[in-house]
Amino acid sequence: MEFSQQLMQQLINGISLGSIYALIALGYTMIYGIIKLINFAHGDIYMVGAYIGFFAITQANVSIFPALLISMVVTGLLGMLVEKLAYKPLRHAPRISILITAIGVSFFLEYASMYFVSPTPRTFPEVMGNVAFHVGDLVINGQQLLILGITVVLMVILTYIVQRTKLGKAMRAASFDTETAQLMGVNADQVISFTFIIGSALAAVAGVLVGVYYNSIDPLMGIMPGLKAFVAAVLGGIGILPGAVVGGLVLGVIEALVSGFISSTFRDAAAFAILILVLLFKPSGLFGKNTNEKV
Amino acid sequence: MNFSKKGLRLAGALLGTMLMGSVFAGCGGGNEAKSDEIKIGANFEMTGNVANYGNATLEGLKLAIKEANDAGGVNGKKISLVEVDNKSEASESVNAATKLISDDKVKLIVGPAVTANVIAESQVATDNKIPVLAPDATSPAVTVENGQVKDFIFRSCFIDPQQGDVMAKFAIDKLKAKTAVVYIDNSSDYSKSLGQVFKEKFEAAGGKVVMQEAFLQKDQDFKAALTKIKTANADVIFIPAYYEEVGKIVKQARELGITQPLLGTDGWDDFKVADIAGVDALNNTFFSTHYSDKDESVKAFIDAFTKEYNHAPNVFAALGYDAGKLLVDAIKRAGSDDPVKIKDAIAATKELQVGTGIITMDKNHNPIKQAVILENKGGDRVMVAKIMPEAE
Repeated sequence: MEFSQQLMQQLINGISLGSIYALIALGYTMIYGIIKLINFAHGDIYMVGAYIGFFAITQANVSIFPALLISMVVTGLLGMLVEKLAYKPLRHAPRISILITAIGVSFFLEYASMYFVSPTPRTFPEVMGNVAFHVGDLVINGQQLLILGITVVLMVILTYIVQRTKLGKAMRAASFDTETAQLMGVNADQVISFTFIIGSALAAVAGVLVGVYYNSIDPLMGIMPGLKAFVAAVLGGIGILPGAVVGGLVLGVIEALVSGFISSTFRDAAAFAILILVLLFKPSGLFGKNTNEKV
Repeated sequence: MNFSKKGLRLAGALLGTMLMGSVFAGCGGGNEAKSDEIKIGANFEMTGNVANYGNATLEGLKLAIKEANDAGGVNGKKISLVEVDNKSEASESVNAATKLISDDKVKLIVGPAVTANVIAESQVATDNKIPVLAPDATSPAVTVENGQVKDFIFRSCFIDPQQGDVMAKFAIDKLKAKTAVVYIDNSSDYSKSLGQVFKEKFEAAGGKVVMQEAFLQKDQDFKAALTKIKTANADVIFIPAYYEEVGKIVKQARELGITQPLLGTDGWDDFKVADIAGVDALNNTFFSTHYSDKDESVKAFIDAFTKEYNHAPNVFAALGYDAGKLLVDAIKRAGSDDPVKIKDAIAATKELQVGTGIITMDKNHNPIKQAVILENKGGDRVMVAKIMPEAE
């Protein structure tokens, strides 16, 4: 394969991986934007989403799109429940308490799932044909296109909700200044609940897509993608929606290029080196100046 | 102090009774072996994270002991198995071994299944001069430490480097490979040592390893590294890893149009690989393992096992059975239940037919035992070679 072809193939690999990071990072960044919490349980919400999709497909025998919807609804409600039970009572506690609680929720979800669904990895049944498109030596997988397509569509819908609806206006107001927004009649609790529902539903989509694409899910699958999505969110500027998407895609492409042209052993080192560099030199991230775009 | 004579006598009588009591307790408590049985300890992972390995091995072991007892026992005595759970933890493994040696007075310990747990108990067994037979621990460090063979520690399966050796020879001789890529799991010693041995042996036999790449346990996406591997255009790709990652790698490699033979080791020996990768992707892949269920000489074991437990044996059960066969043979040849004599007999094991093949113990307490190479073909596994590794 020529160099340019190899580069193109690595870009394709990187963008499909990055789309997954982007979907998870969106939830991270929304939740941070609204209650200034780095929700470390978010990666595990993504794992639960994958399992719900798995059981919808294997037990209820639905196809991929209904499975995505079921998983979004159930996981969204789970996200809301986690917020109500674990984070809401600590809303006025020091920031560090709620952060530690998030880590606790993360462990709880991991090991409770291990108890209920066993640590053995599960494999998805084939829900969509294995279509591959060959352009010269390049290979593009049908599932890669699906992942990218769904990410773009969800991103558009999300932007619409945040920018054009009353709920979105309330979210933006609450993220700007929760107390003042409450004085203006915004129901902050409701807004926070919605944020958790939407963020968790996006993670659920990522979970199901990963299950279908890589064909293997297990209770600890959320740890690494959760951390990588956190890096993506920081890279794009935490709290900023387009930042999360761009951060996710950039991170995916960087990982693919490092694996492909330097060495696969440096891949994770590169990802976390980015986190350190961003925090050192531009803590507000790539899109950091637009503070009033925060959600 | 001034004791009255009466008081002294009373104290003496009490003391005497207590001493007698403990002697009787020793006899009656069942801690001393009955003269018509030989006690063997089974220290296994019955609960905890690798319980499936421990329990399967124990099933195989029990079957071998049962067969020996049904055939009249060994040296006129029955073998009785004392089972202890080590909860899949190294510290519990030491406790279990101590209990077996000091309370149950076993003559030999079989197990545990996992390398780390065997290494943990080896000091206490050596101190008490009780031989240990490890059925499935494949790391070289189990029997040899700092170049010194551990006198009382043995295993009854092949060791990791042998598989690297076997697969390198197979790639050169049968697949006529000249170049290879080695793709290892950087988070596993098993994978790293196999990758190392494969490279040495493959290059010693005239081949060339043109690229080495690595991944980590729990990785999901291998496409970037595989795209790079594809450019190397090597004749074979060697992937010594565990089934979960192997399944994903095989699937993604085929999606990227990598059509070369993919080679692996006994970590591939699980049907989950086919579930994850898909049957078509798995064609043209080869892996080394301990036995093939299609091998005629293994049939007898598989039938007996299935009859006993109503399910087919896996690799671990087969290895447990092999350990049982080996120890029965050793006790027979020792002609006694003295642990040191049993140890010497295990060391002298020669061309013994066990469930999955023929075992000869080498000077490092590792059996010289054939490996088989299976090919995945249309959802089935075909035995393509049986290779005897060279003795060291």
